Amino acid sequence: MEDLLNAAVLAANYIVIPATVYGCQLALGALGVTLIYSVLRFSNFAHGETMAFGTAVTILVTLSLQGIGVGIFPLPTALLALPVGILATIGLTLATDRWVYRFYRRKRSEPIIFLIVSIGVMFVMSGLVRFLVGTDDRVFDDGMRFLITARDFKELTGLGEGLAIRTSQLITLTTALTCVGLLFWFLEHTKTGKMMRAFSDNEDLALLSGIDPEKIVRIAWITAACLATLAGTLYGLDKSFKPFVFQQLLLPIFAAAIVGGFGNPLGAIAGGFLIAFSEVALTYPYKRLITYLAQSSWEPEGLLQLMSTDYKYAVSFLILVMVLLVRPTGILGGAKA
Amino acid sequence: MAYLKAQNMTGGYGGADILRGCSIEVDKGKIAVIVGPNGAGKSTAMKAIFGMLTLREGDIRVGGEDISVLPPQKRVHKGMSFVPQVNNVFSSLTVEENLEMGGATSNSRLQETIAEIYDLFPILAEKRRQSAGELSGGQRQQVAVARALMTKPSVLMLDEPTAGVSPIVIHELFDKIIEIAHRGIAILMVEQNAKQALEIADTGYVLVQGENRFTDNGPALLADDEVRRTFLGG
Repeated sequence: MEDLLNAAVLAANYIVIPATVYGCQLALGALGVTLIYSVLRFSNFAHGETMAFGTAVTILVTLSLQGIGVGIFPLPTALLALPVGILATIGLTLATDRWVYRFYRRKRSEPIIFLIVSIGVMFVMSGLVRFLVGTDDRVFDDGMRFLITARDFKELTGLGEGLAIRTSQLITLTTALTCVGLLFWFLEHTKTGKMMRAFSDNEDLALLSGIDPEKIVRIAWITAACLATLAGTLYGLDKSFKPFVFQQLLLPIFAAAIVGGFGNPLGAIAGGFLIAFSEVALTYPYKRLITYLAQSSWEPEGLLQLMSTDYKYAVSFLILVMVLLVRPTGILGGAKA
Repeated sequence: MAYLKAQNMTGGYGGADILRGCSIEVDKGKIAVIVGPNGAGKSTAMKAIFGMLTLREGDIRVGGEDISVLPPQKRVHKGMSFVPQVNNVFSSLTVEENLEMGGATSNSRLQETIAEIYDLFPILAEKRRQSAGELSGGQRQQVAVARALMTKPSVLMLDEPTAGVSPIVIHELFDKIIEIAHRGIAILMVEQNAKQALEIADTGYVLVQGENRFTDNGPALLADDEVRRTFLGG
């Protein structure tokens, strides 16, 4: 019995909790990508760098707040800095749209042109981010680090395995839930949200109904900037901030959006969790878990790890390819990617 | 002078002219129907009147005001409303949301207008929470017309409203169109089902190669031997 409990705690600690938190971060990122896709009709490759930019500004503000001794213990100071990061990112996306994308919109360029333009924007933004905060790792998580540590949990329960829950994990979960709730409320119940859905559904008819396309595009960028900054900052709090990581994150984020159904917000969330759980579950070494479950002195020889964590991006790529082959519109149905 | 008056429309999509001096007019409360063989420029004439096509010559007046240079969105504000032939509903939105979007620009008394529409199309009130894409062809056309009516237009333009719906539904839809006209709206439509459409038309325009060939009231056109033989198949 105790072995089973230990196995459950082990699975929760190393698979369920990290994957859920990672899933939230991916879902937030995928929502931003999917939103831009459904309104502007292109895959925004600069979304990862938009996340990095938002996080970078948040970090800079966090550092200066820490410098003057302002904090909101036990919560990380970054939460206080977040609104500034969001505003700066909104400014960045709106400026990019004004100076770059609008030109191509007026020319009625093909989506593929937009996609390539967004790759250019990605490089510029990535340079901007490195210029702002440099290329080093930054840990900006302060406040109370743990809600419960592994040792406390062991003492509390008397089990051999510990369950640690970090503050950042709980913050990620609650923020993501609140955000997604707000986003869906916005899309379903406000006039502007409905206009956005209408525009995404049938652009010509939206124009005939007198919906202003520039306004819809602006709101899409604002929403995407909010989501990107949140996703980036939560990811940075949970792990650490490395500028190059966000470019790598693009793959799981796009995989999540496409797997769930591109342009479908619910699909983006489902996709986010699917990718996150697959990545974590396929790269976790199951040795100890099996030992507990076997309930005997037998111990497997290897680590029982399906693949090394170095290959975790391959997991999202594999899922992406499989979905595109079997069900190109994604699990919940969306545009053909 | 007629409420909507398009005179001497000439133009096309670059290259050769599709419309060649075509004129169309309709008054409030009346129904005008454009018929003609394929490629006669029927839909092009509609697009030109709504401003989706730039004319080389000719002018379009609504209530005496020249609107020839206005883009489509501005024409909506001048009381014109257009129901495209295809993709004319927001299929992922509910029926009620479709109506709300139709009235998106006119903030005032949205609910009141929606109630009026439900009065005209009771079936839509029943299906208000259903998404428009799930409706039958005829019901979807009703949503399309209803969405266009949300701007409280004085001119309603319909591009082949009965394309792809069953004969019974065509009849029903035409009844609704007559009812809308009786509310004092000028109706201009292009129709493939020429016979049925001319039956309800106050004015029928037979277009051939972008020119007016015959213009008369509907029954007179239907009675005309030449029109019957050439365009209505006997």
